[in-house]
Amino acid sequence: MILTYIEVREGKIKKSSLEALGEARRRAGELNVAAAAVLLGGGLDDLCVELGSRGAEKVFVLENSELNFYSAQGTAHVLAGLIAEIAPLAVFFAASALGKDLAPRLAARLGVGLASDCVKTAVRNGRLEFTRPIYAGKAFLTLALKSSPQLATLRPNVFAPGDTAAAGEMVKKTVVLPDGAVKGRVSEILGESGGAIDVSEAEIVISGGRGLRAPESFQLLNELAAILPKAAVGASRSAVDSGWIGHSHQVGQTGKTVSPNLYLAFGISGAIQHLAGMSSSKIIVAVNKDPEAPIFKVADYGIVGDVFQIIPALKDELKKILAD
Amino acid sequence: MNIVVFIKRVPDTESKIRIRRETNTLVEEGLNFIISPNDEYALEEALRLRETKGGKVTAVTLGGEESLPILRKGLAMGVDEAVLIKDDLKETYDGLRIARILAAAVRVRFADADLLLFGRMSVGADNAQVPAMAAEFLGWPQATVVTKLEIDGPAGIAYREIEGAVEKTVFSLPAVVSAQKGLNEPRYETLKGIMAAKKKVIPILTPADLGLRAEETWPVVEVLGIEIPTAKAAGRILTGTPEETARELVRLLRDEAKVI
Repeated sequence: MILTYIEVREGKIKKSSLEALGEARRRAGELNVAAAAVLLGGGLDDLCVELGSRGAEKVFVLENSELNFYSAQGTAHVLAGLIAEIAPLAVFFAASALGKDLAPRLAARLGVGLASDCVKTAVRNGRLEFTRPIYAGKAFLTLALKSSPQLATLRPNVFAPGDTAAAGEMVKKTVVLPDGAVKGRVSEILGESGGAIDVSEAEIVISGGRGLRAPESFQLLNELAAILPKAAVGASRSAVDSGWIGHSHQVGQTGKTVSPNLYLAFGISGAIQHLAGMSSSKIIVAVNKDPEAPIFKVADYGIVGDVFQIIPALKDELKKILAD
Repeated sequence: MNIVVFIKRVPDTESKIRIRRETNTLVEEGLNFIISPNDEYALEEALRLRETKGGKVTAVTLGGEESLPILRKGLAMGVDEAVLIKDDLKETYDGLRIARILAAAVRVRFADADLLLFGRMSVGADNAQVPAMAAEFLGWPQATVVTKLEIDGPAGIAYREIEGAVEKTVFSLPAVVSAQKGLNEPRYETLKGIMAAKKKVIPILTPADLGLRAEETWPVVEVLGIEIPTAKAAGRILTGTPEETARELVRLLRDEAKVI
């Protein structure tokens, strides 16, 4: 069995979890094993139906009121219990903020290896192989894990969600945590941006760099992001270090690595460490006044010109076609 | 409070990476090495906590003797002690073995630690695994990717970045925290600090000194290959007035690339 951990936020299954389940299902098919899902919480019967339609043959629902607020320590504890019982061959997670916090904790609890932030999985000679960026995508490492179960987190926006339905049989379990097993947990979620999409999950990333010249210019990018669906605003390190925009928007080796369908770079020259964080985007557009800027080397489409003239023109054009 | 900061030597983020095909290892010749940038936030946070709460800060790294310069840098920034855990293996991309060794070091050598600080992720292996793994091996709580940290007596509050929001995590000490950009602004080392750091003795331990058997440090990650992505073919440069290029770009994105 390949088990996928399903994240639920505000009552909805995260898209990146469905992508991980889709990939689990495809690899499980090749290995001739079942795909299953696990989630935490109560009152989730509707979600189990959805997970069935996305390829889960079984959906394990673990209930414990202590885990209504996320705790890596507590969650790893109950997942390890389930894993001991059902002995999956592999466990997949989305490489989300939660997945990246939880998966290594669980791996250590099980004493097994973990493949982080994978962009490809494969089955060769009956064994799973994982490919993942290293040096922020300057290179790609393909690895196998010698321990079992094999744990992997899968990068959002890379894998297709599953489209073949399976039984989706729900298996509810009340799980217990010994006293003192949870020494840290989330107490509150502070919504800074009212559900704005994070650059690491956005399908379109609109980034600005030093060429934007002032913090106010990021408002132009926000306006573009408001027109385009599932778009987020990103930034280069120099824009962040100048204090023009918060560091959670930074794309690059010391910020976030992104793989959107479309990456728009405005006034970004394209330092190596920035290119490392975004060059796996499917389509890249660069707008820069310097025709020699390295960003043009990775761009599918480039415009040499003034960002302050091109952004408003682009906004008008996008409004026209998106209104249709 | 006593704080142990784990740091790692990594290639400068501005460097181009080359891989030696026969061995799947990094070509180190010509590369400049630095402290992994996220680790500097961890060092700075430890020094600030010591300034307000007293206690001792120790910097630890796992690696060969070529890692001594980053420990000297930690000393120059102001840490009290630096320790090298000598590892004969080069980059293994294996968080589990690193966490196992570091957790053993905490049990054997730093049993009085109240807080372990790490960078969010070392640039290079890009795993972001070791802090949470070390926390689990020790049975301590964790807060990863932290942009604000408050320690009050035996408890801590950490604010961590999640998608589009901030999570407030409460935990008891001892605990493990990994630092993200935004936590603080790391200080520069002073000339006085650099001079003092040169005189300090850096103890060197081995995994065997920490009571680990050789097989406990064997990697579980089997490297099958490392590829450098091939350069993309040159893209298309659009020309004309801003209005013309914008119109052409939108048409291409819609009809050719099909992304909007």
